[in-house]
Amino acid sequence: MSKQTQWITVCNQQDLVADTGIAVWTEDGPVALFYLPDTEQQIFALSHYDPLGGANVLARGIVGDIAGEPVVASPLYKQHFSLLDGRCLEEDGVTVASYPVRLKDGLVELNLSQSQSQSQQTAVA
Amino acid sequence: MSKQLIVIGNGMVGHHFLEQFAGTPAAAQYQVMVFGEEALCAYDRVHLSEYFDGSTHEDLSLAPLTWYQEQGIDLHLGECVTGIDRDKQVVSTDQGDYPYDALVLATGSYPFVPPIPGHEQEHCLVYRTLDDLDAIRSSAQGVKKGVVVGGGLLGLEAANAIKQLGIEAHVVEFAPRLMPVQLDDEGGQVLKDKIEEIGVQVHTEKATSAIVPGQEHRLRMEFGEEDFLETDLIVFSAGIRPQDALARSCDLEIGDRGGIMVNNHCGTSDPAIFAIGECALWNQQIFGLVAPGYTMAKTLSSHLNGDTEAAFTGADMSTKLKLLGVDVGSIGDAHCKTPGARTVRFLDESNGTYQKMVISQDRKKVLGAVLVGDNSRYDTLLQYMLNGIDLPENPQSLILPAGDGEAPTLGADALPATATICSCHNVTKGDICCSIDAGALDLGSVKADTKASSGCGGCTALLKNVVESELESRGVEVNKDICEHFPHTRQELVHLVQVGKIRTFKELLEKHGKGRGCEICKPAIGSILASFWNEHVHEPDHVPLQDTNDTFMANMQKNGTYSIVPRIAGGEITPEKLIVLGEVGKRYGLYTKITGGQRVDLFGATLNQLPLIWDELLQAGFETGHAYAKSLRTVKSCVGSTWCRYGVQDSVGMAIFLENRYKGLRSPHKLKMGVSGCTRECAEAQSKDVGVIATENGWNMYVSGNGGMRPRHADLFATDLDDQTLVKYIDRYLMFYVRTADRLQRTSVWLENLEGGLDYVKDVVINDSLGLGEELEAQMAHVVDTYQCEWQSALADPDKLRRFREFVNDQRDDPLQQWVPERGQKRPREMTAKEKLIAVAS
Repeated sequence: MSKQTQWITVCNQQDLVADTGIAVWTEDGPVALFYLPDTEQQIFALSHYDPLGGANVLARGIVGDIAGEPVVASPLYKQHFSLLDGRCLEEDGVTVASYPVRLKDGLVELNLSQSQSQSQQTAVA
Repeated sequence: MSKQLIVIGNGMVGHHFLEQFAGTPAAAQYQVMVFGEEALCAYDRVHLSEYFDGSTHEDLSLAPLTWYQEQGIDLHLGECVTGIDRDKQVVSTDQGDYPYDALVLATGSYPFVPPIPGHEQEHCLVYRTLDDLDAIRSSAQGVKKGVVVGGGLLGLEAANAIKQLGIEAHVVEFAPRLMPVQLDDEGGQVLKDKIEEIGVQVHTEKATSAIVPGQEHRLRMEFGEEDFLETDLIVFSAGIRPQDALARSCDLEIGDRGGIMVNNHCGTSDPAIFAIGECALWNQQIFGLVAPGYTMAKTLSSHLNGDTEAAFTGADMSTKLKLLGVDVGSIGDAHCKTPGARTVRFLDESNGTYQKMVISQDRKKVLGAVLVGDNSRYDTLLQYMLNGIDLPENPQSLILPAGDGEAPTLGADALPATATICSCHNVTKGDICCSIDAGALDLGSVKADTKASSGCGGCTALLKNVVESELESRGVEVNKDICEHFPHTRQELVHLVQVGKIRTFKELLEKHGKGRGCEICKPAIGSILASFWNEHVHEPDHVPLQDTNDTFMANMQKNGTYSIVPRIAGGEITPEKLIVLGEVGKRYGLYTKITGGQRVDLFGATLNQLPLIWDELLQAGFETGHAYAKSLRTVKSCVGSTWCRYGVQDSVGMAIFLENRYKGLRSPHKLKMGVSGCTRECAEAQSKDVGVIATENGWNMYVSGNGGMRPRHADLFATDLDDQTLVKYIDRYLMFYVRTADRLQRTSVWLENLEGGLDYVKDVVINDSLGLGEELEAQMAHVVDTYQCEWQSALADPDKLRRFREFVNDQRDDPLQQWVPERGQKRPREMTAKEKLIAVAS
């Protein structure tokens, strides 16, 4: 039950833009939210920080898929990061943090405590 | 109990041995231990000068450390071997003793430094390792001039490295010509002229007698009385010597002039010890190239696996390289030493090319060749030589510039299966065919499978030819699809959009593609849709298709901020508007720079600032310059007849007219134009996609030039046109390009790849041979009529403006965007990972 309480509201659903990303600020640093309304999960959250380009830009990449896996391509050097787990498809061992995220009553909620890898580690990578 | 194999040396050849040996049956019986003197694992020394061009050790390294782990190899880097006890079979290092059952010496070579008095002082350096390059870089800090001693292959590489550091480079060679081993006098002269043309000074026939402190520079090299050269640093690259010190200390047999003597299976005088690469002396020869070293490595691996037939029997020392941007090739008997041999030579001093072929007395075979300035015949000549192919009837056609009719190149299909394609990894055409037959159906798989072209890279073009020709002969189609989501080329997609009157990406994807799309097909299709329907990039259907630059109508820079380029048509700007740019730059703390296209670039704007800045720019009468888009950038102009004493037409007026006409046109790649007011061509119009040059009678039109990575002079398309005809031709030409070019294909490459080339395009545009003329003009008219300044429309629409927020839930700017001052302006601060963490946390 305690984990339930760690969902935080980050923005309104109207802030999202279909088939692309936006960035929000959280206590964990910047997080990119990607809105794919025609998927079951609809919304995906990764760290906004591109560890290969070294800047906060991932939300501004083009969203697509590689062999069916939803990905965002970094706008700096075009490496692909999986929207499912933050894994970089080109560079083995490079992963950005991914977060559980949900839509609730028109609001977007994030659970920072359950990130799949610490965003701080990612920043160091 | 497994046996112990020790390899001393972790250079290219030592590493190649490990690669060859790994996974063989013998490897299972040995525990392998490797000692490397350098702190870094094996890297590509052939491409060492790329280190100054931005490549890192990681880029140059031959395998990651994890590879050694996966192979179970015990790698000791930075551990220096101090002795070998052959009786006890023990290797000693500065850290311990290690027993061996078999020992491989791959200690390579060291740079030869001539014993000139004064050669040991500071700033006298060598060029072999990454550490050496770091030393050269730090020595070159803040100074102006560097000298390389040695005009051979490595010396010129070193000169290239020095030139890349941005300081004046000189080469001092003892012999009367450059590359005395590979070239003859004429070839050496052509190379010297070419190299001096690009700013490297060559001093031949100079012997340095002493190095003393200089007066204007740090050092002075004395050649003779009154003859000297001052410099701030000296790099010695006067040849290599085998690194045989360890072998000498344990009394292995050494050649008279150095080198560890080896037999045909790379064995030394001690049956438990082997030597490979540049430290090994075979048949009184040292091989200073990587390919023979690789062959030795492979031979030794086979020998250790019990293959008694494996033998190293010498190597072809032909070389092909690009030195300081100049092609140089040397094949076989370059100096015409074979009895009875004769030469066929072609020297073009105006172009700086020299081609010499050495042929046998009976005029039937190629024995050798020297090529300078143009290596396009190298592969063919080498194949003739290596495979003993009979010369054609007119052997001179092999080196003379191509005339009409006869094609001198040896097609890939004419090569025998035994022909070596990649000499670094000894891959033959037969190996490539086997790989294709075993299922490698593209260039990448063949490379991965055979390792061909992964050494020096010199055979890349030949390999591609062989693979494509073999695939074609097997009926395999080479895949030209734009990406995995659409089984079509860009040109086919243009057709599908036009015929199906398709207006959105989703519709095209549903009808003709699969998946969600990607960063390849989305922008390409966005561009196609725009060139037909010209709807705003911020329409909800189009937003997800745009690269970030198009989305935010500005150019993203390395730290995530953007630069802004307002349109300054033709480069003409009023003082008032110039002041506005200065004021805006000042108000928002932007770094300002003049672009090559006669505009002003304002750097360092955050996402939050972009609309505020553009609000001010629009109010002052500016509009977007599309510097972010694949579309028309600028029309550069000279001042023309209104001011210039020589101008014959109003070039500024025409440039402004053309820029305003074609601004906003979406195209497969960026487009640039230029208009010059007279034949002096001050606007450099012949380096543009469309160039216009004034004549007494009107305008000459040039097409398909460009600068950039591969510059191309534009072709003359039509002469003495009046204004109306000029515009008609440009309309048709541009729209035909937009419709038929590939994604990211500039007009130059498009024209070169188009069947029929320039004549075909002339036919379509001038003679309307396809009957498309009016349609192309109408499509252009639609684009011109529907033009909107995207920034104007964006600022007028609150929904679009919502996109310009760094963080949608927070007003702050990105804490990682920090600045430091430089030359009176700001630039992005380089931050370490730790500084970034602190910036985000605070």
